[in-house]
Parts: sequence; structure tokens; C-alpha cells
Amino acid sequence: MIYLDLFLGFLKVGCFAFGGAYAAIPLIRDVVLSYGWVTDETLTYMIAVSEMTPGPIMVNLATYIGRSQAGFLGAFLATFAVVFPAFLIMLLCMFVFNSLMKNKCFRTVIGTLKPSVVGLILAIGLYMTAEAFIDLKGSFSLDFKALAITVILLAAAFLPPVFGKKKISPITLIIFSAVLGIVFCGV
Amino acid sequence: MRILVDLFLTFMKIGFFTFGGGYAMLSVIEDNCVEKKKWITHDDMMNVTVIAESTPGPIAINCATFVGYRQAGILGSIMATAGIVMPSFLVILLISGVLDNFLEIQVVKSAFFGIKCAVGVLIISAAVTMIKNMKKKPFTIAVLSVSTLAMLAIDVFSLRFSAITIIIAAAVLGFAVFAVKWKKEESR
Repeated sequence: MIYLDLFLGFLKVGCFAFGGAYAAIPLIRDVVLSYGWVTDETLTYMIAVSEMTPGPIMVNLATYIGRSQAGFLGAFLATFAVVFPAFLIMLLCMFVFNSLMKNKCFRTVIGTLKPSVVGLILAIGLYMTAEAFIDLKGSFSLDFKALAITVILLAAAFLPPVFGKKKISPITLIIFSAVLGIVFCGV
Repeated sequence: MRILVDLFLTFMKIGFFTFGGGYAMLSVIEDNCVEKKKWITHDDMMNVTVIAESTPGPIAINCATFVGYRQAGILGSIMATAGIVMPSFLVILLISGVLDNFLEIQVVKSAFFGIKCAVGVLIISAAVTMIKNMKKKPFTIAVLSVSTLAMLAIDVFSLRFSAITIIIAAAVLGFAVFAVKWKKEESR
């Protein structure tokens, strides 16, 4: 039954997808292709759409595949299944969080994990910023339009606090970047 | 009741304006939930990021559940999570039903060309905020630098390791540090 398959398939994705959508794409591909829901080519297209639309990529992908296989109910079940494990695990963490934080061993481990996770995020940010204007996986060719937009955005994001002005909110930055894209590439 | 509506609407806004996945979402969540609404502190934000990275599932969902629960218990966590999922769900339903050639539309292409440049910048910005709010001891700076370099190497050389490998290594290091401290205290 397609509804049950969608639910179980995306529950598996939700349970085992560590480290964000990009790290989880091989797992998603594995699940989706093994059920034979879509071809590899369609999946690549769906991943591209999921990256270009707002929201967590995994959620977008679940909705998209669910909808394509079994309409609204399919979309709902797949989305629910991909979200539910993270929701439940977080809730369980919250129940024990305060008592865990009193534990010395747990505090030391968290204390080491914090700078490590910040390092990961910094690295991913640097890599994705560079990837937007350099083809890092092939020819290392530069895209000058993207480079110009990135420089403007970096200035907009990091310069105001240097001059004692208020930080630009991330949402403003996103809207600004879309406008820049339209200005540089046309409609 | 008001807080439930507020949670739902705020997270719906966060979900609607976040492109490029959960890491870019971190700086939007930080801006809205820590700076503006003051629902959680910088330190909470760090803790939830650590938990989100060490547990499966979309990072944004972990954050929404955490903030929602802090503000209004289980009902709050449900509202926040539903809020952050709603825009994804509606936009994709719309696109998959109506627009078969979504990626071919020029204005969408152009706008996304710009947004793609912003995603990385937002993630760096989230990291910078976290570094600013971190206690800067030699040990934490060392862990931070090594993790950054290791992750960059994994990305650039497409190694068969992932972020979770680094997290496990950091956790093991944490246990080791605790064991050494504990031994020292014991021998006193």
C-alpha cells in the first residue's frame, strides 16, 4: 500500500538522517529509489526544487514525493513521517535536559561538542559561500556575477556592526539577495 | 493562547524565509527567537544546535520543538513545529500541482541565483554570532579550529566521512577530558 510505504520510507529518513539535508541526500536517494517512486533523474530535479523553495530541504522533498505518488494525503503522511522522529527525540531530550545538565560528565561532553559544532557550521558556511561563485568540484572556474553578489552580501552582513550600526536581519538579507539576483540576471 | 498563536506565526515566518536548508535557518531563528522575542538565550541556542546536530532529522524541526516546548510545553512545541513545516508544505503542494516547469521560469532562476549566494553568508553569520557568545579558552579555540579544518577538508576533497564523524570524535574527546579531570580530583 502506497500510503504505508510513504510513511515508513520517510520515517526511516527522519530516523537516520544526521547532519542536515545535504548529508542525508544519499540516504534519501537510497530509500526513494528502492521503492521505485521516481527515477534518479526526477529525484535530482526534485532536490533542486527543494533547495529553491523555502523551508527545510528534507521536508520539501517529502512533501514533493508524497504528492507525486499519492496526492494530498500522500504529501501529508510523508511530511509527517519525516518530521515526527526529530520532534519526538527533541521532546525526550527536553524532558531530561535539566537533570542531564546537572551531570558533570554530560556537561563536559557538551562543552567539547559546542565549539566542534560551531566549527562545523563555520566550515559549511565558508564552503557554501565559496561554492556559490567557484566551481569547486570541477574546473575551478569563477562566476563573476555570483562573486559580485557575494561580496555585496558579505559587506551588507558584516560591515554595519563594525561601524556601530544595527545588524541587517537575515530575512532582509535573503530578500536583498533575491533582488540582486534579478538585477544581475534579468527577468 | 496568545503565545501559541505567536509561536505558530513566528515559526511560519522563519520557515517561509529560509532557503537552502537548516544551517541557513539557524541565523534566522537566532535573530527572531533570541534577539527579538527573547524566548531563549544565546546559550540555549548553542545547546539546541548541539542537540540538533547530534540527533537525526531536519535541524530546523529540532529548534522549533525546543523553543516551542520552552515557551508553552508540549502544545507549544506542536504549534512551533507545525508553523515551521507549513510554508514548505504549502509551497511544494502549489508548485508540484501547478508549475511543472518551476525551474525554467527566468525570474525564479534569477532570484535563486542571488539567494544561493546568501545561503553561505547566512551560515557564516550564524557561526560568527555563536563564536562571539562563546567562552574563549585555549581548549575551545583548539577544538573549534580543528573541527573547522576537518570539515573543510571533508567538503573540499569529498571524503567519505561526514559531520557526524567529527561530532563523535568531539564527544569521545569530551569523555576523555572528563575522565582525566575526574582522576585528578580523585588523586587529591
